[in-house]
Amino acid sequence: MTTLRVESLRKTFTAQRGAVRAVEDVSFTVEDGRFFTLLGPSGCGKTTTLRCIAGLERPEGGAIRLDDEVLSGDARFVPTHARDIGMVFQSYAIWPHMSVFENVAFPLRVSAKAPSRGETRRMVAEALALVGLEGLEERPAPQLSGGQQQRLALARALVRKPKLLLLDEPLSNLDAKLRQRMRIELRELQRRLGITTVYVTHDQGEALFLSHRVAVMQNGRIVQEGRPRDLYASPASGFVADFVGDATFLPGEVVEGGVRALGGIVRCALSEALIPGAKALLVMRPERVLVRGAPAGTPNEFPGTLRVAAFLGDHLDCIVEVGGTELRASAHPTAELRREQRVWVELPPEHCLAIPDDGWRPRALTRTFDEDEG
Amino acid sequence: MAATTVARRAGMRIPAWRADIVVAGAAALLLAYLTVVPLAMLLLGAVSASGSALDFQFTTRYLERVLTDQASIELLANSLVYAGGAAALAFALGTAAAWAVERTNIPARSLWYGLALVPLIVPGIVHTIAWLFLLSPEIGWINAPLKTLFGFSLSVYSLPGMIWIEGLHTAPLAFILMSAAFRAMDPSLEEAAAASRADAWKTFRRVTLPLLLPSVASVLLILFVRALEGFEVPAIIGVPGRIFVYTSRIYLSLKLYPPSFGLAAAYGLVLLAISVVGLVLHRRATRHAERYATVTGKGYRPRRLELGRFRYVAVGALALYAFLAVALPFLVLLYASFIRVYSVPSLESLRELTLSNYSFILEDELTRTAVFNSLILGVAAATIVVAVTAVIAWVTVRTRFPGRGVLDFLAFVPITIPGIVLGISLIWVYFTIPIRIYGTLWILLVAYVTRYLPYGIRGTTSALVQIHRELEEAAGAAGARWWPTFRHILLPLLRPALVGVWIYVFIISLRELGAGVLLYSSQSVVLAVRIFDLRDSGNYTSIAALSVFLIIVLVALVTVLQRIGGRTIREA
Repeated sequence: MTTLRVESLRKTFTAQRGAVRAVEDVSFTVEDGRFFTLLGPSGCGKTTTLRCIAGLERPEGGAIRLDDEVLSGDARFVPTHARDIGMVFQSYAIWPHMSVFENVAFPLRVSAKAPSRGETRRMVAEALALVGLEGLEERPAPQLSGGQQQRLALARALVRKPKLLLLDEPLSNLDAKLRQRMRIELRELQRRLGITTVYVTHDQGEALFLSHRVAVMQNGRIVQEGRPRDLYASPASGFVADFVGDATFLPGEVVEGGVRALGGIVRCALSEALIPGAKALLVMRPERVLVRGAPAGTPNEFPGTLRVAAFLGDHLDCIVEVGGTELRASAHPTAELRREQRVWVELPPEHCLAIPDDGWRPRALTRTFDEDEG
Repeated sequence: MAATTVARRAGMRIPAWRADIVVAGAAALLLAYLTVVPLAMLLLGAVSASGSALDFQFTTRYLERVLTDQASIELLANSLVYAGGAAALAFALGTAAAWAVERTNIPARSLWYGLALVPLIVPGIVHTIAWLFLLSPEIGWINAPLKTLFGFSLSVYSLPGMIWIEGLHTAPLAFILMSAAFRAMDPSLEEAAAASRADAWKTFRRVTLPLLLPSVASVLLILFVRALEGFEVPAIIGVPGRIFVYTSRIYLSLKLYPPSFGLAAAYGLVLLAISVVGLVLHRRATRHAERYATVTGKGYRPRRLELGRFRYVAVGALALYAFLAVALPFLVLLYASFIRVYSVPSLESLRELTLSNYSFILEDELTRTAVFNSLILGVAAATIVVAVTAVIAWVTVRTRFPGRGVLDFLAFVPITIPGIVLGISLIWVYFTIPIRIYGTLWILLVAYVTRYLPYGIRGTTSALVQIHRELEEAAGAAGARWWPTFRHILLPLLRPALVGVWIYVFIISLRELGAGVLLYSSQSVVLAVRIFDLRDSGNYTSIAALSVFLIIVLVALVTVLQRIGGRTIREA
């Protein structure tokens, strides 16, 4: 049973222009055998948090506990080499002067109780088999392909059978196809071994695919934590909605059972804090917003003009202008639609969510909204 | 459970990196001792009336003389003209060659790179003496026929003569630096200009030249400072020709009667100041250059100018340079080493070839001592420089110790100190503090280590920067402490760079003259100094033999060591 507890973690960096808060008051718990992901844009503090867990950074405040053992906090700081962890780095950090075998054997050889030669050989073979690199022991590490180096890094991290596995954007250096395959393998491996895992990524697809739980970070804080489907269905803020999945945003005023927008009232689910009269941000997933050439008489249907319709195989990616606002939507791939034609968009109420408007706007659309409000 | 005990042990009050603090502190103290102390003593020496820092009385006598009297102004003018002229000549030759090799379809490109290394290996004193044999007014290989045919001769004992010899010798440095600059420039920038319908000349003037300007400035400044600091040409050509520059004047202040340590220190201070200004400007130029940086790590295949028939003209020009800078000096030395008394070659002189010069240098006790001392010093200096700078580079690149920037700076300071100035500074240091090493090999070792620290720090730092930090962190995450990480991960990865630095320092220390010429005694004589000494006794043919020997040994050493170094690099 392994549980990782991070409590009120704090870390500042001294840059040339004063202190930068990299991590501020970050707390979370990873239960035994769970796959936990820190998700956020670059500079949000996710990697710093992971490095604090690894002992590669020394936090200023807060505590990190692995089961009963305090890794950091209470005036204690266990150095990296004494922590029972395995770590995969973004660059893989495969030692180029060693063979595949030597890379994987290194953690065993430097440990206080180094296993015997035969035992080392057995454990290395086992770790390599785990990641599908059997038989490559004598190959010089630099001769491996990107995907193989990735597996090797994983084998090296697992060979000591650590309590905790830390992964820092391990898939980001692979090409798209390989990334797809590796994330399936990684998921299967983690589920099979049941090793408690902390994963850092900026790729929401990876986070949703791999994780039991995801924490979304912004400016050094966790802004929302939950199961992937909860984050997707009920984002707590515009930032989270935008970062987890694709989203279109409409600002509007809350009325009974909906939001005033698009020249009418959009029926939608309201997050708890919203009372009539409050400013809200309506969040819609483009794949749920449907475009038709003729009205279907469903609720939340609005007429508009089709500006863009691009064929993407399984659907048409559309942009529809409704009363001066552009909406992203999708249509059936066989729909006969022409640019600039009159269309009807349906915003299914069960897929529309209004959240409090905290002033956050997605970058590219900020100007349009300002003009709307003005 | 084992992991918990380890953690508890490591979690105690003593952090695991206390060892690094000790190592870093020791490196800092050593650096301060090697750089700050000599400079402080130089300053003190320049304003001390008594000739000893222990019994200190303030005076501005020496500084006044050095800065104001008529001879000193002439000295400044000579130094600037000499260094400026040599830098300009070396730059012109080197840049033209670099352009031809990098940007035209000249044949045998790699051959020119190989040839460019040879003059850099040949010690300055050997090159200078070879040109003395060639341009000596009466019996020089070049002057003798000129005199019989045209009734005039070129005077080597003149500023143009000095500039010619120094410029010819340092041109390969300009070649190497400028070809790097040409190579670093993205040719697509020039192609974009061509695509904007600029012709070749406009492309060169509007795009190529402005992009190269920072490199040009920095290379010129390096060449200038090097010529200013050089001792060989000013001592061997300048002094007999009564053309004095700072380095020769410092030497004479101590060697002429009565010797004045205060005056030498004051001259040293002025030379140091000029050199510092030059290098500060150089740093500024290169910092500026980073903004112009066009290196993106892609392999470029630059468009090469088709020379057509001019290819052979270009090859001829480069071959002529190689002949003048490498072949002719070597030939004249080779010839002189086999005759009894130096003269213009004739049937008569060729009939009386002798090995007596070689037997003289092989039997000469001082020469043997010099060979032995040079090898000992080379090995010791190279090893110490590599060890010290590897630690300093690690501290400055990898740790967050406060003041680590100062370490980097201190290790770089000696680049501004001319060898002869370091010599006079160390005399002051070891006349003052009660460590009696003056006249022994130890003081030479101190001088060499100090002088070569900057080369070491540059090599090791740039190598360390290229080693991804995560490679070390992965070792930590794999359970390795500081020392196993350093030993099993960092050192093997750094080895090619460390071997490279070691070889470089070893080679340049075998050629060193300036730093040693004020510090040696008969027990601690080194190769370049021995040649310098033999010249005083007028034994020129023996010098030739020793020079030939030295060139062959150095070229052989470089070849062998590069092979070894190359293998280490390939292994890694």
